[in-house]
Amino acid sequence: MNALLELHGVTRSYGSRAVLKDVSFGVRGGRITGFVGSNGAGKTTTMRIILGVLAPDAGTVTLDGVPLGAERRASFGYMPEERGLYPKMKLAEQLVYLGRLHGMSTTQAKESTDTLLDRLGLTERANDLVEALSLGNQQRAQIAASLVHDPDVLVLDEPFSGLDPLAVETVLSVLKDRAATGVPVLFSSHQLDIVERLCDDLIVIADGGIRASGSREELRTQHSQPRFELLVDGDTGWLRAEAGVEVLEFDGGHAVFEVDSPETAQRVLRTALSQAAVLRFAPIQPSLAQIFKEVIK
Amino acid sequence: MTNYTPRGTLATTWLIAEREITMRLRSKAFVISTVILLLSVLGSIVAANIIGGISEPTKVAAVGSAVQTVESTEQFDVIEASDREEAEQLVRDGDAEAAVIPDSESPTGLTVLGLDEAPGGVLDGLSIVPSLELLEAPAQNPLLVYLVSFGFGLIFFISALSFGQIIAQSVVEEKQTRIVEILMATVPTRVLLAGKILGNSLLAFGQIAGIAAIAGIALLATGQDIILADVGPSLIWFVVFFAAGFVMLAALYAAAAALVSRTEDLGSALTPVTMLVMIPYFGVIFFKDNDLVLTIMSYVPFAAPVGMPMRVFLGTAQWWEPLLSLALLLATTVVVILIGSRIYANGLLRMGGQVKLKDALKG
Repeated sequence: MNALLELHGVTRSYGSRAVLKDVSFGVRGGRITGFVGSNGAGKTTTMRIILGVLAPDAGTVTLDGVPLGAERRASFGYMPEERGLYPKMKLAEQLVYLGRLHGMSTTQAKESTDTLLDRLGLTERANDLVEALSLGNQQRAQIAASLVHDPDVLVLDEPFSGLDPLAVETVLSVLKDRAATGVPVLFSSHQLDIVERLCDDLIVIADGGIRASGSREELRTQHSQPRFELLVDGDTGWLRAEAGVEVLEFDGGHAVFEVDSPETAQRVLRTALSQAAVLRFAPIQPSLAQIFKEVIK
Repeated sequence: MTNYTPRGTLATTWLIAEREITMRLRSKAFVISTVILLLSVLGSIVAANIIGGISEPTKVAAVGSAVQTVESTEQFDVIEASDREEAEQLVRDGDAEAAVIPDSESPTGLTVLGLDEAPGGVLDGLSIVPSLELLEAPAQNPLLVYLVSFGFGLIFFISALSFGQIIAQSVVEEKQTRIVEILMATVPTRVLLAGKILGNSLLAFGQIAGIAAIAGIALLATGQDIILADVGPSLIWFVVFFAAGFVMLAALYAAAAALVSRTEDLGSALTPVTMLVMIPYFGVIFFKDNDLVLTIMSYVPFAAPVGMPMRVFLGTAQWWEPLLSLALLLATTVVVILIGSRIYANGLLRMGGQVKLKDALKG
């Protein structure tokens, strides 16, 4: 069963500074949702409100339509942007403690810790003090800390920042597994290329307001102009004279252009084929970076 | 999906307290300093016995039928002498402070021999006195008063200061390592604070109870049971007051520590609280003879853990006074915990410089 986490009209200000203005969006279970925005856009505040670390001035957070209380939130997993574990505790001991704090029995917490450490390649470090771990291992430990209690909802603030490429893959596969069990997974990032590669759904926040939300493909479709690229073994100068075509870039046999309708695009392709060998003809997908720039304008 | 239910508030509080205790007991510095503290209490009582001999009963030589008379007073260490000459010799040699011999010519049937002055204590001990009722409670031995006031003050000072510091460190550690955000996302801050206070208070209380027990045992073992009977009730009150007083201080220390983000900044944030701890320490030492100041101290919640046991010891407190003062202390503790937990909760997520108290209260 896929759970649904929703924010309804969440507002929050610090003093006179409004940080979140009427923020509403949903995070679907079974999918990985990317939460994008510039620094200071309100990502961390939103996440803290989801976790109940901060209280909203107005608005509610619900899971499957039920407003969240402390008890329900105890089964959430959270990885704050500011990383931290007890430096003087042993890794496994610490994870067991956090598992128990969330409500697990000691046995459950130990089993879960063993499984996670194995999955993250930390089994040999189980009895090391956290402060003695290498930086990379500390980051894996942090991921483990957010997962040890087998969370119902997973919220990660910048989980990939500072991770080496290998760790990114490990973490990603762990997150995908979690999502596959129907858990809503929300992670924030300002690294758009990573978000583009990883997430199924996307939420864009700017200046305390949600600017776009939906599946990655939907957003692409919504924000893509009917733009095409053409590469021919010859000259494409004739494009300028075609009706309904606006040439954006032009360089001998290569051109980028916009069309007023799909029919125009097909007509252009037929004309091109009749003139020379067509090496490439393709619609141009806007990158996330482009969509992002556009929606936060 | 999760197949467990969240713990109850009490169980979670205990889980947090348990971690605090485990981590503290694992620290070598803590274990060593506790052992040193206990040993020094033991050492000072043994030393006081050897040097002061406060409780050594006076040695009195007695001859013949006088032996029984002297023994019946139960105040003296009786040395039996065979005759007057031997008894005189014992007094001259300083082995006995006085000698008591039967004397049929004396109206009391006894003559007391002193060396070069009248042995007042012995005379008093043998005197038949009318029954006596004191209108004021009897005064304690001044040396003992000094030692007890110093002991209560010092033990309170050391324990409150060191455990306050430990709580403050543990709060800032969580802030500095940023694990606090994970903790806050997992359990309510009230529970977090309660667990911290509970764990460290239990340790502090254990240490104080240990000191009281060692002091009691040492007094018994060195034959100073007269002192134990004097000090005992105030010692018990001290432990009871300390338990409540420490919880209050712990809440204050935790709240003050939540205002800063780095261990380096702790000093300035803790200064006001440290002042509160120092007041009873110096107060009881300087004003141990000043009844008015002691009476005030015994009701001011911050000073009561030292002031009230001191008055119980001096015998200047009515039976209901410790109870009233304790009720006052407990009420203050509740208020301080409420305010402290607010400051604590609001301070935790504010990183960087020291948070202003006003901002932390407003939230």
